[in-house]
Formats: sequence, C-alpha cells, structure tokens
Amino acid sequence: MWKFIVRRVFLALIIVVLGSFIIYGVMRAMPTSFVEAQARQRAAASATTGGPTYKEWLDQLTKAYHMDTDVVTGFVNWLGNVIQGDFGTSWKYGVPVIQKFNDVIWYSVVLNCITIFLEIIICIPLGIQAARHQYSGFDYGITVFAMLCISLPTFFLATLLKYTFVIKLKWIEDLYGIVGRYHEQLSQGDQILDMMRHMILPVLTLAMLNIGGLTRYTRTNMLEVLNADYIRTARAKGLPERKVINKHAFRNTLIPLVSYMSYLIPSLFSGSMITETLYQIPGIGYIAYDAMVAGDLPFTMFYSMFGLILTQISLMLADIMYAVVDPRVRVN
Amino acid sequence: MSEMNNKELRKSTPVTIQADENQMALDDGRRVKVLSPGMMVFKRFIRNKLAIAGICILVFMFAFSFLGGLISPYGEAQVFHKTDSANKELADSEINKTFRFYDMDGGNATYDIRTSFQKGIGKNPDGFSFTAGSNTYVVEKLGEDFYTISGNIELGTVKVSAGEETAFVPADGQEVADELAAAAVAAVAGDQGAKPALPAISKPGAKTVKKDVTFDWEGATYTLKPSDTGSDYTLLSEPREFAVASKLRVFAFDEQYSALTSDYNFRRSSELALRSVEADTDADGNAYYPIQAFTYIGEDGVETEYRMKKIDEAYGIVEDIHEEEILSVSNFFVSPYYPDVRFTREFWEALKAGIAGRQTTFEFVNSVGETEKYDLIKKDNNDNNYTIKTGQDTYLIDAFASPTSEHWLGTDEHGMDVLTRLMYGGRISLMVGFVVMILENIIGIIVGGISGYFGGWVDTLLMRFVDLFNSIPYYPMMIIAGAIMDSFDVDAKVRLYLMMAIMGIMGWTGVARVVRGQILSLREQEFMVATEATGIPVSRRIFKHLVPNVMPLLIVQATMGLGGIILTEATLSFLGLGIKYPLASWGSIINASSDMYVMTNCWYVWIPAGLLIVLTVLGFNFVGDGLRDAFDPKMKR
Repeated sequence: MWKFIVRRVFLALIIVVLGSFIIYGVMRAMPTSFVEAQARQRAAASATTGGPTYKEWLDQLTKAYHMDTDVVTGFVNWLGNVIQGDFGTSWKYGVPVIQKFNDVIWYSVVLNCITIFLEIIICIPLGIQAARHQYSGFDYGITVFAMLCISLPTFFLATLLKYTFVIKLKWIEDLYGIVGRYHEQLSQGDQILDMMRHMILPVLTLAMLNIGGLTRYTRTNMLEVLNADYIRTARAKGLPERKVINKHAFRNTLIPLVSYMSYLIPSLFSGSMITETLYQIPGIGYIAYDAMVAGDLPFTMFYSMFGLILTQISLMLADIMYAVVDPRVRVN
Repeated sequence: MSEMNNKELRKSTPVTIQADENQMALDDGRRVKVLSPGMMVFKRFIRNKLAIAGICILVFMFAFSFLGGLISPYGEAQVFHKTDSANKELADSEINKTFRFYDMDGGNATYDIRTSFQKGIGKNPDGFSFTAGSNTYVVEKLGEDFYTISGNIELGTVKVSAGEETAFVPADGQEVADELAAAAVAAVAGDQGAKPALPAISKPGAKTVKKDVTFDWEGATYTLKPSDTGSDYTLLSEPREFAVASKLRVFAFDEQYSALTSDYNFRRSSELALRSVEADTDADGNAYYPIQAFTYIGEDGVETEYRMKKIDEAYGIVEDIHEEEILSVSNFFVSPYYPDVRFTREFWEALKAGIAGRQTTFEFVNSVGETEKYDLIKKDNNDNNYTIKTGQDTYLIDAFASPTSEHWLGTDEHGMDVLTRLMYGGRISLMVGFVVMILENIIGIIVGGISGYFGGWVDTLLMRFVDLFNSIPYYPMMIIAGAIMDSFDVDAKVRLYLMMAIMGIMGWTGVARVVRGQILSLREQEFMVATEATGIPVSRRIFKHLVPNVMPLLIVQATMGLGGIILTEATLSFLGLGIKYPLASWGSIINASSDMYVMTNCWYVWIPAGLLIVLTVLGFNFVGDGLRDAFDPKMKR
C-alpha cells in the first residue's frame, strides 16, 4: 500500500512538472505576448515626450520580465523559484501570485461548497426514489430531467437564468458581480446577505449542471444494490420496506457515492471558469481567465500547475478512497 | 424498459422454437434472424422510448441543418438591408411679426440704430428722426411697415494722442480705403496744426469747443466729428439712405435667383412695388390686385423689368418678364437646414397654409405627382415658429429585426437571417462533433490498442503519456490556442480545421483508456490464443480481432461523447475562442447575447440557438443511453 502511494506520488510529480512545461512552452509561443503589448503601450505613451521607442521598451521589458531566455532555461528558472515557494508577481494584477490567489480562492470554495451541498440534498433522494420506482412515470421524469441538465450548455443556462430572474421577473437586481452597488454602506450582516444574493444564480447554474450526473449515478448504484441478494433476504425476513431501503440499501449505496464525493473535494478549489466568468464572480476561475486572456505568464502558470496538482490529488484520492471504503478492493 | 427486453429475450427464444417446431428446420432463415445479435440489439433499441425520441430529435437536427440550408431562400452570409425613414429636420419657418433690418453694405444699421428705431416706430408710424451716438438719423415711411433709414454712417475713428502717431481705426464692419484713411488723418493733422495758437491761455472750466472738420475725397464730402471727451475724431460719410426696415423678406423659388434676394436695390424696389399696388375691382365687382411692373437697377446700372403679383398685404409674387414666378416677398420666412434646399412656390404655399391652419402635418403633391408628407413641430411654444420635418430614407443594414413572415427568427447583428444562420451553424456544430469524435477515436484506438496488447513497459509509457495529456487543463489550453490563432489572424475556415484538430488531440485519452482496459481482459481469452496459433500478424490481431470487440462500448461512448464535444465547441465559440464570423456555429450565434441589449430585447437571436444545442445534445445522450442498454442489458450504468 505505502509503496503504491509513494510510486503514485512520484508519478504525479513528474506529470505536474511535464504538464507545466507544456503550458509554459505554449505560453511562450504566443506571438503577441503581454510584454509586447506593454511595450507597445508604453512606446505610444512616451512617443510625444521623445521617450524610448517600441524596440527599446521591448528590450528593456523583456529583460525585466525575464523573457530573454530560451524556453527550457526560462522554465527551469521558473521551476527553481517555484520550488523555493516563489511563484512571482502577477503581471496583470501587479501583486504576488500567491497573494492574489489567497484573495480570490475563497469565493470559489464557498460557491462550490454551497453547490455541492445543494447537489447532495437534491440528487440523492431523487436518485433513490427513481430507483425504487424503476420504469415508473416518476423514473422517466427524473431520467429526462437528469439528461436535460447534462445537455445544458453552461453559458446558455446562465444567460437564460439571468434573462428570467433579473430582466423579466426582476427578483434579483444585478446581472454580474459578487457585491451590490451599496455594499460598502451595509452593515456586516447585510453585507453577507448581499453576497449571498449575488451567489444565487451562480449556485443555481452550477447545481443544475451537476445534478444530472449525480442523480443518475445514485439511481444506478441504488438499482444495483436493490437487486442484490441481501435486499431480497431482508425483504424475505419481513422487514418493513422503509427499513429495507434506509438501513440496508441506502447504506450500501453510500460506498460508491463517498468515493465519488472524495473525487469532488479537490474540484472545490479549482473554481468554475465558465460560470464564474459569466457571472463575474471574482473567484479563481474568473481571475485566471482574465489573466490568461491578458497573457499573464506567472498567473497562468500558477493556475495551470494548481490545476494539475488538483487533478493528480483527486485521482490519487479516488484510488485510495476506493480501497478504504471497500475492503474488497485490493491494491497491487 | 431494458429489463423487459431482457425477460423477453430469455423467454422468447424457447417459445419461438416450440411454436414453430413443426414448420421450421434447424437452419431456417427466420430462426437465424431471431438469434442474430445485431437484430437483438436493434430490437432492444427501438423498444426504448427515450432512444427513439433521441433518434427523432437527431433526424430533425440533421434535416434542419443539412437540408434546411438548401431549402432556405437565403444564403449563409446574405446581409439584409432596410430603408429607414428617419424624420430629418428640413427647415425652420416663421411668420414674422417684427421689423427686420436690411443694410445696403452690411453693418451700417448698428445695434444703437436698430433699438432706437424699434423704440420710436411705435409712436411715430409715419416717420421720425432720432439720434444715436452723436448722429442724427431720419426714418422715412415708404409703405405699410416699410421704412428706410438714412443719415451719416460712422466709418471709423481717428485716434489722436500725445507722443503717438495719429492713427485711423475703422468702425466694426466697415471697410475704409487706405487713401481715405490717410486723407482723414491728414485732415485731422491740419486741424490740430491750426489749433495751438488758440487755446494757449484758456480759462479753467471753460469748454474748448472743437469744430467739425470736413474734407473732400473723390468727390464726396466727409466729416470728422471731434468726440466730446478725448481728442479723437469720428469719420462720418455724407448723409444717405443705408438701410430698410421691413417685416417682409424676399425668398427665391429657384437657385439662380438667390442672388437677387440679397440685393438691396432689388429688395427695396420689389417691396416698394408690393406696397404700391392698390386693390381694383374687376367687371364682376370682385376685388383683385392688378399686376404691377417695376424696374430694378443693378449695381452695374443695368435696368431689368419685373412684375409684382400681389396676393395680400404681406405676400406678393415676383415674376420675370416671361411671367415666370421667381421670387416671393412675404412675411413668411423659411430657412432650410441644408444650403442646397430650395422650395417651389406650391410647396411653399402648402407649408404656409399648413402653418396658418395650425396643423401638425401637411401633405404636398410634388411635381412628379407623389404625395410627400411633412411634420410640423411647434418651436419654443410659439405659434409663429415651426420646424418642418420629413421622412428621409436611409439605407441601413437590417440588424436585430424582429421576427416577420420573411425572417421567421428576425435578423442578427450583421443583418443576416437568424433561421438560415442556425441551419448553416448546425452544419458546423454537427460536423465539428463528428470530425472531433472520429479523430479522438482514431488516436485513442491506436494508442489504447497498442498499449493494451503489448502491456509491460510500452503500456506503462503510453499510459503515463495518457495521464499527462489527461491532466493538462483543458480550458486554459484552449484559451491560449485561441489567443494564438487570434494573433495570427487565421482565416475562419482554417481556424475551424485547426480547432477540430486541437479538440481531437486534447480529447482522445478517454478512448485510449477504455480500449486499453477492454483489450487487457480480452487478450487473455481463448480466441486470442487461436489467433496466435494461426500466426496472424500483430497489427491484424489488434485491429481485426481485439478492437471490433471493443466497438459496442466505443459506439456508446462516442455517441454520448458527441454531445459533449458539441457542448465544448459551443462554449468555446461563445467565449469567442472558436468559430468566427463569417462562419457560424450555434455557440457563436448565442455569443450575441453577451451584449446586454441583445439579451434583453432580442430573444429570437439567442434562445433558438440555445434550444437547438440542448436538443441535439439531449438527442445524442438519449441515443447513447439507449445503445448502451441495447448492447448490454447488464452493463446499465
């Protein structure tokens, strides 16, 4: 077991480094980089006062941003700094990458926590009910609903929700952002309420998108358990149906669900780039999207590496949790 | 549903055999049909209501996209235009009730003169004289509300100050010949030179009375009037008529006569003619105004004859000797907004009648016989002032037009028919889905097949490669790729191909995993031992014997995956990273909704595109789900 974990961690490290290198290489291959855009801006600004030309600015800035190396050397330098815990300063935001990350990550975490909580309390009962009444009208309804949720494009759902609740019904006042216009003048409690109100639509969007998958997963697992021999035994014993479902069936359904959940935990931190961007929630996804579009190399590299690490952790967690939850699974 | 199929499968085989025992031989074709696995799958599939619904949706989508483009009367990038009749302001009109001054040379009737005239005219309607500044002016009545003003004209000042050279400063708006100025200065100097003998010993308090100085220049006599306070002199011309004051104005019907409207002599003589016409009675006893001829002497001294046709006290028409109406003299002023606009007499009278009748619109039949409609907007809440507006046609791109019978879903921001764009966009969305899916499967089957068959270090190496590819963050990669294509300004078609290639390369890892996993277990089975024993080459063993066994699973995965690919493409296009104008995909059509105006007001642009995406993906998911149940009823996950 320990040998497996050590090997897995080692492999994960290699993947993280190589993956970062690929992103770094692609970023450096961008023909119009952040540095060039900056140089052009500054050259235009200083053109009237007879300051440095575009070429001079470019040379100067390339040096300042350490872009004067080739790709491999640049990556090795970057990696060296990262190992010492220095991710550099974001070019776009002008603050250390880690500091910016600390400022924004909690929006994403809160958003995702609420979403996952909502998903669980909606999906598990729905999935179980659908499985209990397999092939009933209710089951078909749930199946179609789940399929519909899976088929919804994020951006269309978000736009539709905004159109319905903000523009037509006017239940929610703002289309974008995490705080209202008068946020600063509110009391502490009202400030939290204000932010909560702005989270309603993003949470609804994220939950709708994920409900389908989890409901179907619960339903399938519940069906499997309900067909198991021990359920027949329990029924044969004459146990009331409620007890059969709640005590025998449901608990066994939890095994695969827990491993599914553990897979979700790292994704709490990864943010939801599309949803956050659509609602302009200043979480890690939106901030990273802006940084990427601007060609901010340190932030993009940090975000990509963060994503790589999260994926690796969730893969490892899934492997390990599977062994932990179900003792029958032997790792070799 | 599938369980039912399952039970039926278990039951039906023996039942069929029993029932048809007598008629059916062992190799009977019908029995083979019943047992055929492909048939079983098909049968199970078509009993699944959701799968059939999915198939229906997909058939509709394909017909919509691939046939729709042929049926639609419009082209993919056909732009529609409209002519918008924006109400443009044409002219201001006014029924004049106040005196207007018309200068012979411009600038002579100064503010002082005008205000003094206005003050005096109420009490002395028959003419008077007044003093403005230090001069006296005479107002002479020529007719009803028609006066001339005469007097000395102030031409300028000769400034005399000790120690400085005597200088001539012309008055505002006056042009004084240099020679005249020099003569004036000389005259002042002569006057000054004569003076010193006189006021050598003057009593304090006694006024030094300065006398006017006169001098002749080019046959005219000029006066230099000393100012009361300083030592300056004002240069005055001989007294003469220099302005008319009237409530009327001359208005040309045609461009070629507009020079006459600003001619002092013409104006004076035409207005005089209008005033002098007396009403006459014709044979029937009706009053009428006889036409009166008048002569206009131009600046060059040429005499021209015109005829005045009086209509009422404040309105007359001037004809030339050919009896062609060329001008009007009237208290009704029209000032066009554009310099090239001229109005005909008919229009002008229609306008006048409209305003006199306090109408808000009036119609006018032009020379071609078309009826033109004009709006009259009251200005400054004054009954006499109106702005005339008219519908001017402007040729515009018909963007965001609401649905009509011609454009069932209106038009988009480029003025293209949304329904047609949706059809062509559907082609691209579906094509991207299929091409990417095929690409993913080709790469995935090759890598997965090799990895699964050989195992060992090849497997480890390839699978780590798969892991690496799998963990590269998808959207960051696509955003960077999109930015690179943006900066190279890649052509829309090339961009589409590149995007499909990138999506394929980023997405094959799932297929590789499935293929590898299946082959790992399949290769241990007996039929593989048989292929080895018969000496079939490795590539044939993998791709002819192993991969076809994975096919059912791959088909199911590919069908479900198609929906996912269409969603991804739509998301990328929505973010502006995918398909670009002039090509369209469903995602890029919805992109218009990121504009607040479009989202709020033009539901017909973005909601249908979104519904098409949802339905198509739903269709693929239903079919994929149905296929999975049909292929392997036990697999149900």
